[in-house]
Amino acid sequence: MADLSKTAIDAAVAAALAAFAAAGSNAELKAARLAHAGDKSPLALANRAIGELPGPQRKEAGQRIGHARDEVRRALAAREAEVGAAELARRLDAERVDVTLPVSFAPPGAPHPISALIDLVSEVFVSMGWEIAEGPELEAEWLNFDALNITQDHPARATTDTLFVEPLDSHLLLRTHTSPVQIRTLLERPLPVYIVCPGKTYRADEFDATHVPVFHQLEGLVVDKGISLAHLKGTLDHFAKAMFGDVRTRLRPHYFPFTEPSGEVDLECFVCHGASVGDPEHPCRTCKSEGWIEWGGCGVVNPRVLKACGVDSEVYSGFAFGMGLERTLMFRNNAADMRDFVEGDVRFSRSLTGTAR
Amino acid sequence: MRAPVSWLREYADLPADLPPAELAEALTRVGLQVETIDEVGAEVTGPLVVGRVLRYADEPQKNGKVIRWVQVDVGPEHNRPHADFPQGCREVVCGAHNFAVGDLVVVSLPGTTLAGGFTISARKTYGHLSDGMICAEDELGIGHDHTGIIVLTGEDVAPGDDPAGVLCLRDTVLDIDVSPDMGYCLSIRGLAREAAGAFGVAFHDPVRLETPAAKADGYPVRLSDAGCPLFVALGVDGIDPAAKSPRWMARRLALCGMRSISLAVDVTNYVMLEIGQPLHGYDRDRLRGPIVVRKAEPGEKMTTLDDVERQLHPDDLLIADDSGPIGMAGVMGGMTTELSQGTVNVLIEAAHFDSHSIGWTLRRHSLPSEASKRFHRGVDPAAAYSAAHRAASLLVELASGRLNPAETVAGAVPAMPAQTIPGDLPAAILGVAVSADEASAILRRNGVAVREAEGSSLELLPPTWRPDLVDPYDYVEEVGRKIGFDTIPSVVPPAPAGGGFTWPQRARRAVAKAVVDAGFTEVITFPFLSEADLDQLGVPADDARRQLVRLANPLAETAPNMRSTLLPGLFAAVARNTSRGNDDLALFEAGSVFLRRSDSPAPLPGVDGPPSDDELAAIAAAMPAQPRHLAAVLTGWWRRPGWDGPGDPADWRHAFAFADAAAGALGASIVRAAAEHAPFHPGRCAELCLSSGEVVGHAGELHPSVVEAFGLPARSAAVEIDLDALVAAAPGPGSIPPVSGHPVAKEDVAVVVGADVPAQLVEDALRDGAGQLLESIWLFDRFTGGSLPEGKKSLAYALRFRAADRTLTDEETAGAKAAAVALAQERCGAVLRAF
Repeated sequence: MADLSKTAIDAAVAAALAAFAAAGSNAELKAARLAHAGDKSPLALANRAIGELPGPQRKEAGQRIGHARDEVRRALAAREAEVGAAELARRLDAERVDVTLPVSFAPPGAPHPISALIDLVSEVFVSMGWEIAEGPELEAEWLNFDALNITQDHPARATTDTLFVEPLDSHLLLRTHTSPVQIRTLLERPLPVYIVCPGKTYRADEFDATHVPVFHQLEGLVVDKGISLAHLKGTLDHFAKAMFGDVRTRLRPHYFPFTEPSGEVDLECFVCHGASVGDPEHPCRTCKSEGWIEWGGCGVVNPRVLKACGVDSEVYSGFAFGMGLERTLMFRNNAADMRDFVEGDVRFSRSLTGTAR
Repeated sequence: MRAPVSWLREYADLPADLPPAELAEALTRVGLQVETIDEVGAEVTGPLVVGRVLRYADEPQKNGKVIRWVQVDVGPEHNRPHADFPQGCREVVCGAHNFAVGDLVVVSLPGTTLAGGFTISARKTYGHLSDGMICAEDELGIGHDHTGIIVLTGEDVAPGDDPAGVLCLRDTVLDIDVSPDMGYCLSIRGLAREAAGAFGVAFHDPVRLETPAAKADGYPVRLSDAGCPLFVALGVDGIDPAAKSPRWMARRLALCGMRSISLAVDVTNYVMLEIGQPLHGYDRDRLRGPIVVRKAEPGEKMTTLDDVERQLHPDDLLIADDSGPIGMAGVMGGMTTELSQGTVNVLIEAAHFDSHSIGWTLRRHSLPSEASKRFHRGVDPAAAYSAAHRAASLLVELASGRLNPAETVAGAVPAMPAQTIPGDLPAAILGVAVSADEASAILRRNGVAVREAEGSSLELLPPTWRPDLVDPYDYVEEVGRKIGFDTIPSVVPPAPAGGGFTWPQRARRAVAKAVVDAGFTEVITFPFLSEADLDQLGVPADDARRQLVRLANPLAETAPNMRSTLLPGLFAAVARNTSRGNDDLALFEAGSVFLRRSDSPAPLPGVDGPPSDDELAAIAAAMPAQPRHLAAVLTGWWRRPGWDGPGDPADWRHAFAFADAAAGALGASIVRAAAEHAPFHPGRCAELCLSSGEVVGHAGELHPSVVEAFGLPARSAAVEIDLDALVAAAPGPGSIPPVSGHPVAKEDVAVVVGADVPAQLVEDALRDGAGQLLESIWLFDRFTGGSLPEGKKSLAYALRFRAADRTLTDEETAGAKAAAVALAQERCGAVLRAF
């Protein structure tokens, strides 16, 4: 017969609370629970013994034991929460990692800087409503030269300057500029046209730090009614700003057979900002103390070109421009050696990785 | 063209205090880009004076040299008292002996800095205190002569004077990039005209433009080709062969980058630089019979002044006499009639040659010369007569020659082409407010004869020195240059609504981004290769890649063809990278390959209108195919061994994954099938097929012999795809199905098949057999050996089933799975393996 006295019950409660408090882990707490709150625990046995008491005592004993068991249950729950939290904290602490360990072992991929630039300039012009035109790298001589008013005695048509397909009288060559795309565009597209063409070009050039025989250009062409040199200036200023931020440009008269008037567009020297001009004490290597760096050629489309494409120059006029993309990267991102562009060194290709600007 | 500013000032009244940088900017503004401004002689500073030799003593030295101990009068300001000379003097040691008592010399007194930054001080030498130095040309930077000191013979200077003027010591030289249409600016005359115009000051033309009517009083000349419309021949007799070029002339030639050769040659060069008219001087006593200007005869040869025998072309224009060719007209003279040290009778040629004829000869012979450069870019024909007389008068003055009054003028100055333009054309094309009156005034100031005609149009006749003014827009440019491009406003033209990127453009961008995101790095390589490259790749003779396009003048004879495959270029990039220690590589390139299609030539249609459809078709037919390819090569580690796991070597799997990534970006799927294809390992190569069955590329491990031939690391893998074909096969925009919210049912299934059964076949069978309810299938295990019989393999797949409209029952799932296995059994002999 279990001892249902208050003393005995209080002792059982005290023993349970002490056991719970002493349990420092889930396992110890489980053992304490079985001992003090399980089926064989003194309080459980006492509870079962209530029925054996004489009627009058039953109620009192029932209340006492009920209170006691509630108290034990509450203490157990509280202690379980405490021990669980402590246990979790210990586990999390044990699971601490070195967050400075390297985590990426896959090789980083990268577009070639020229491709990245082509994407960028294409987006600049597409956002203006222009379209991207294309043409073959191996081109017909007529499109590369004759149609662009580059007459047959022009020095650029010599084998010292241009790479020709064998035999010479096949009249095929590797395009020396992206300008034949102007001709293809005017022959194929309805007017007006607003296009740019980024692409690969070839010259029988030296291969050194400032020249590569295989390089890239961006061609621009607009033919519409009422187009003037002022529109060329506006377009170049906009483009320069998109490429280089706030930079001063200069349009300087020059000569190209396929544009008239023709000009070259210069950018203010990034290094000396013109301070080296007329100051032999402080020469600037970047601009050779000219204060300006040549960026590309441009001009109003020569009516002879329009004529060769069947466009009526009494009604339409246009402008065109062409920039070296390697040159643009040299200004924009300080690329120093032209050879790097075509040598395929992964370090060069990856050099702009992560510079979304 | 190098232009001394002192020379420009002779013909342009430029402000005396004009800074050179301002002059350079003004010239650049009108299209004459000044590339450098050389302040020549600027480094020579300090007390450099004229001295008169009073006395000297030659003193032999122990080292074998004989030095001179010289007393020299350097003027009252600089002389020091001397017992023997009441006016005083300075005493200097001098190593040269080419002077006498009474000669005027150039003395750098202590404190003078010479060319090269060397500063003179009084110093003890050879037992004397040398109080300065007598200068040679090289020490002042005005020449290379160090054989003796400078003796100022016949110069109007006195001791103590600054010799800089008579020595032409200091000048500002502008190096100007003259564009091809501005041939008239290959002369001081033309540059001075532009400079005067830029500052609105007077220009004094050194040329009188009148040319007398044809006359044959002098040396007989016959013109038999339209390429030479005018030939002036002027004789100067009895020149002193010993006469030397004056210092100023030699100095100016040097400043312009030409060597002083002899007085007669220097005179022709000087006048060419000054006026722009190339002149040729003949030794008249070496000419044989009349001068004839004609085309070369077939097989004709001549030896030019540079001592090269040249095979002439029937279109080359020649100067000939009875002995045969004596000059390539307007390009270079011949050896036989060259002016020499003994020449006493000179015949000066001032002729005009057609620019195109000269251009062709230049191209054929690659023979640029000062003369041909000018004729090709356009020379003022009306200046020829005047230039001949200018040269003759210099020879008379400087070499005591006599002008032979009998002169020959063959032909005439050709007429300039007139043009009519609308008066508002300049404003319309330049986009700036410039009235017809303003345009007229600008053109008139630049020598154009302007007549205002009906309907506000302008009738224009260019001056003889402006052969570039032909088309209406040429005049527009002239107006634009003169008002300054900087005055033209900057206006962005409003483009009509555009279509954005085309689908193929978007597709190629998406593919490039996908393979970059997959871990590949793009390179750009030279697109050339050799047949040996194809041999090393093992490409068979009948392979399409053998349809090579060969270049007539390749950059390197070792790679004379355009690439028909991207792989050799990528292999070279791999070899370069590994040689530089970049060992883990996943390189790709996107670019055109070139495949010959026909041997028919492309026509060269005219340019007076668009080519006909037939001509365009013929051009298109002659063009090689130029499909864009996409290729990659892999070597080293794909994923390097790390602290968290072992490494993953880059191999054929990644080459396949590259193709999947590229196709996946377009929504296309690529099916692989085993294939044997160069340059791949025959057992580790897949052909990449579209669902249509079209093969668009190959991928796999490279053949060991290819790896060896190209110096690649073992087990390198590669892939090459016809990108254009892949883009063309991409499906349409696709549709977006509703996403089912019903639960997924997962089933694993392992089947045993023959070891040589392609996994794709098994997967396709399971997929087809499972039917519509199958959501995805994934190969999660593959093994051979163990409990499996020899020649068998086990493939284990995770299947996921889902219906759009209901929760699947166990029976439905089991049925689909069973159907999948049944079809795999039927197609591939697959046997279900119990788990």
